[in-house]
Amino acid sequence: MALKTYESEFKIVRDDSKCIACQVCVRQCANNAHIYDAEDEKVYADDSKCVNCHRCVSMCPTKALHIEHTPLQFMGTANWTSSAIRNVIKQADTGGVVLTAMGCDKKYPNYWDRILLNASQVTNPSIDPLREPMELKTIIGKKPDKLEFENKGGKVSLKTHLTPQLELSTPIMFSAMSYGSISLNAHKSLARAAFEYGIYWNTGEGGLHKDLKKYKDRTIVQVASGRFGVNSEYLNTSAAVEIKIGQGAKPGIGGHLPGEKVPEEISVTRMIPAGTDALSPAPHHDIYSIEDLKQLVYAIKEATRYTKPVFVKIAAVHNVSSIASGVVRAGADAVVIDGLLGGTGAAPAVMRDNVGIPIELAIAVVDARFRDEGIRNQASIIAAGGFRNSADVIKAIALGADAVYLGTAALVALGCHVCQKCYTGKCNWGIATQDPYLTKRLNPNIGSGRLMNLLRGWSIEIKEMLGGMGINAIESLRGNREHLRGIDLHDKERELLGIKAAGETW
Amino acid sequence: MKRIYISEEYCIGCRLCEIHCLVAHTKSKKILKAFKDEIPKDATAAVLVEEEGHLSFALQCRHCSDAPCIEACMTGAMYRDKKTGAVLHDEDKCVGCWMCIMVCPFGVTAADPATHKITSKCDLCAGQDSPACVANCPNEALVYEDRENES
Amino acid sequence: MFRFEKKANPFYEKDVSGCAVSAIMNTKGRRFSSEGIVKSIANQRDRSNGLGGGFAAYGIYPQFAELYALHIMYQNQASAHKTEQYLDDYFQVEHKEVIPHRHDTVISHHPFLRRYFVKPYPVGEKTPDRIFERLSEDELVIKNVMRINTGFDGAFVFSCGKNMGVFKGVGYPEDLAVFFKLEEYSAYIWIAHGRFPTNSAVWWGGAHPFSLLDWAVVHNGEISSYGINKRFLENFGYNCTLFTDTEVIAYIFDLLVRRHDLSFEMASKVMAPPFWDEIEKMPDEEKELYTTLRATYGGALLNGPFSVIAGFKNGIIALNDRVKLRPLVAARKDDFAYVASEEAAIRIVQSELDRVWSPAGGEPVIVMLEEPAAVPTAP
Ligand code: SF4
Ligand code: SF4
Ligand code: SF4
Repeated sequence: MALKTYESEFKIVRDDSKCIACQVCVRQCANNAHIYDAEDEKVYADDSKCVNCHRCVSMCPTKALHIEHTPLQFMGTANWTSSAIRNVIKQADTGGVVLTAMGCDKKYPNYWDRILLNASQVTNPSIDPLREPMELKTIIGKKPDKLEFENKGGKVSLKTHLTPQLELSTPIMFSAMSYGSISLNAHKSLARAAFEYGIYWNTGEGGLHKDLKKYKDRTIVQVASGRFGVNSEYLNTSAAVEIKIGQGAKPGIGGHLPGEKVPEEISVTRMIPAGTDALSPAPHHDIYSIEDLKQLVYAIKEATRYTKPVFVKIAAVHNVSSIASGVVRAGADAVVIDGLLGGTGAAPAVMRDNVGIPIELAIAVVDARFRDEGIRNQASIIAAGGFRNSADVIKAIALGADAVYLGTAALVALGCHVCQKCYTGKCNWGIATQDPYLTKRLNPNIGSGRLMNLLRGWSIEIKEMLGGMGINAIESLRGNREHLRGIDLHDKERELLGIKAAGETW
Repeated sequence: MKRIYISEEYCIGCRLCEIHCLVAHTKSKKILKAFKDEIPKDATAAVLVEEEGHLSFALQCRHCSDAPCIEACMTGAMYRDKKTGAVLHDEDKCVGCWMCIMVCPFGVTAADPATHKITSKCDLCAGQDSPACVANCPNEALVYEDRENES
Repeated sequence: MFRFEKKANPFYEKDVSGCAVSAIMNTKGRRFSSEGIVKSIANQRDRSNGLGGGFAAYGIYPQFAELYALHIMYQNQASAHKTEQYLDDYFQVEHKEVIPHRHDTVISHHPFLRRYFVKPYPVGEKTPDRIFERLSEDELVIKNVMRINTGFDGAFVFSCGKNMGVFKGVGYPEDLAVFFKLEEYSAYIWIAHGRFPTNSAVWWGGAHPFSLLDWAVVHNGEISSYGINKRFLENFGYNCTLFTDTEVIAYIFDLLVRRHDLSFEMASKVMAPPFWDEIEKMPDEEKELYTTLRATYGGALLNGPFSVIAGFKNGIIALNDRVKLRPLVAARKDDFAYVASEEAAIRIVQSELDRVWSPAGGEPVIVMLEEPAAVPTAP
């Protein structure tokens, strides 16, 4: 065996004065980083196996554990960082692609942190959400440009009826994460929380498990290039259907769920033989152009008898505004834009870290383009990719999004510590794994409660911020960029975002 | 009565219940002190985690309404608490005959090999709101509920 | 003093102000003098600070009832000259004159003020710009007014309706009434506004009422939804150039009532809709109606504190924001209807009232002429 020339990334630090050798850590680490020596009656660590997921740290009853980034650093240069060197060595060892997970790990400018919100003073009273109504209800779907009424014997009634819409109690949804990439318990937690909170969750491309059919009215079913689990019943067991063209973490490439991760339950749900690789091609092989997309949109509308809105999800790439415009013209009721920081269960690091554009700019240019073209009413804009808190959400809405999708934030609420090893299938938190020993670590009763807490917390904060701006309905903030100011931004960036600089007045 | 129930689908086999049960039955009730000074090496907790493959569950005295151990105990060391209905053990009266161990259908009482007396028997943490194993189960696999009155 | 520069800022700007509003209308269409409205607005002097005031009067030009009355302010002769050339190209100008005003009042600085009674040239004959081809007369007037207001330095059209006119400027409204010789006019609707701007960018055009065709809007409040109202309107081809909330309110009325045929009630329910909680409790049909209304016209919801009075040829509509953050009082006496910021401003005109009430937030007060006005409708 050739010499392994790089050392562990993390160091497990055990405080021996606190360790009671209970072996909880040994049982909890699926990476076998903790080893009990019965002879010594002591627990030892193998640093090289640790992925810094903090499971053992959280579980240790005496708080004896601590994980550090290894102090051993490559000499390196500003350019040749430790991770750059480590990746080259790894690839020289294996000849493979460097795999990773979660969202982009490069320090590009974060626009959310360069946008400031407004508040009322004197001339316009702020509104106290504890005392006055504060409305976050959001309606997703195609809207007419104008309404027509008829007067039937003195009674005015609607002549224009809306096409199917989704009603959200708060402008947040859970984004697509497939059964396969995450566990059934994770799906149960998401579905139940969405159902109880009055929002929607998304199945991702891996089909819908039979136990979750009861959440139908709060479920968005996804149709992706692999078409896993798609049949007419699947399409109709939903509130909306989402066609996935691209994903922010890996625009332009497909997915690969290895056969080891396709046990019986998943094989049934995905409608593929157990143990076979589940391959999602890079493009849909029946969509090579925008008119092909239109056919699929309408095929789905036909299959669901025009009772469900159809979303189309695209990655935020350079041409996003014209692509989105085409998507609307192809008949989509909502366009989902997934930005540069969007997450994934597995992607080549080079794709994740280098392809696409930030969601902030994408929302701004798509919303502006739709208004320019007079088609803003024809589709909702749903933004996804890296929303970390309620301020990010409210800024996205002020830029022009109707609602946002949460992926990573939802997983973090479920226990994820963003160790970025989803693709190993050994998630110690029971989320990105199918190992029954691990999946039961996520109790959906706890998980759904935590997700609802997150939704509640963010909603309260959004209400506070809205009230501060003197606004009591979320639609009055949507696309209302007058309430945003840019800081530390170039003129061109502000122009694209459509916002003034901090310090500029109305 | 309120009993401890287990949902085995959520028991992750961490055995924190056992650890905290032991601690709860020491004088100090402080985990570090308990493990360094108070708890003997081969002590068994009143709750035991059974495991096979990925399946696991924690089991402790069921506080049976028709308890064979009370029937079998010749000194009256095993008795039912009139207020709570819990099956309890009085160490002073115990003579170490192990009849209770023989008759317990769940195998959840254990004796100290040195004194022969029963030393490990779930007492529902003596009337605490939430017994230690329940309070410290990280996955809500253990719950403390009154299910009889519900159904 | 008057400011008249067009702002060079590429971003839209909006001014912020508090205000007094008042309106008096005769529901039989009988015309009456300006005395009452001037008294009413003067009684609310506290609510303005001398940096803007104005009036709208309906039924004042019966002799030109068929023609659009353009009131234009100019910064200098050059801008007047250039604009008049443009008017000659696009309009048949039947009559033009200086808007009568006094030179011996406290209003010492003012722009050139002229009015023109015009008709757009019928399309095809002399219309030089083919883009305007298929538009109605109203649309032609709007397009040309917007073109002058955005493209002509130093010229600003502040009124363009038929048989009505706006008189406004920098000063207290009662002083402007003297300046504009309002005692010489009689109207069946009078609307007045006194302004309390909080920024210094005060100019004659920024005073209220804001008017478009026969809409005249006065408003007290600050619209926190301004940014999206403006962008919503852009979707329908309206360019907000005036940097005032009032402008967006006028355009929203125009869009909903004139172009989308919504009733006044429905239009008010777009601007100040019922809360979702209330909608939830409605019978199914109504629930669908209001849900659809909010979902479709969310961008036209006016958020933030406001009380607004809008006049049009057949009546007035007064509306508060849905949580009533600004005052508004309405009253009736025989065939007179009154609305004002304060009850005192009504009582000073008419102490004996049949009914006085404070309309609830989001509940419009709509007063229509008993007989449609003796004003020809636009073709
Ligand atoms: S991988 Fe996770 S559980 Fe294992 S040692 Fe590292 S931090 Fe602890
Ligand atoms: S969980 Fe903590 S106390 Fe238990 S063996 Fe591991 S480090 Fe020691
Ligand atoms: S603490 Fe809970 S999850 Fe852990 S072994 Fe005991 S019962 Fe199971």
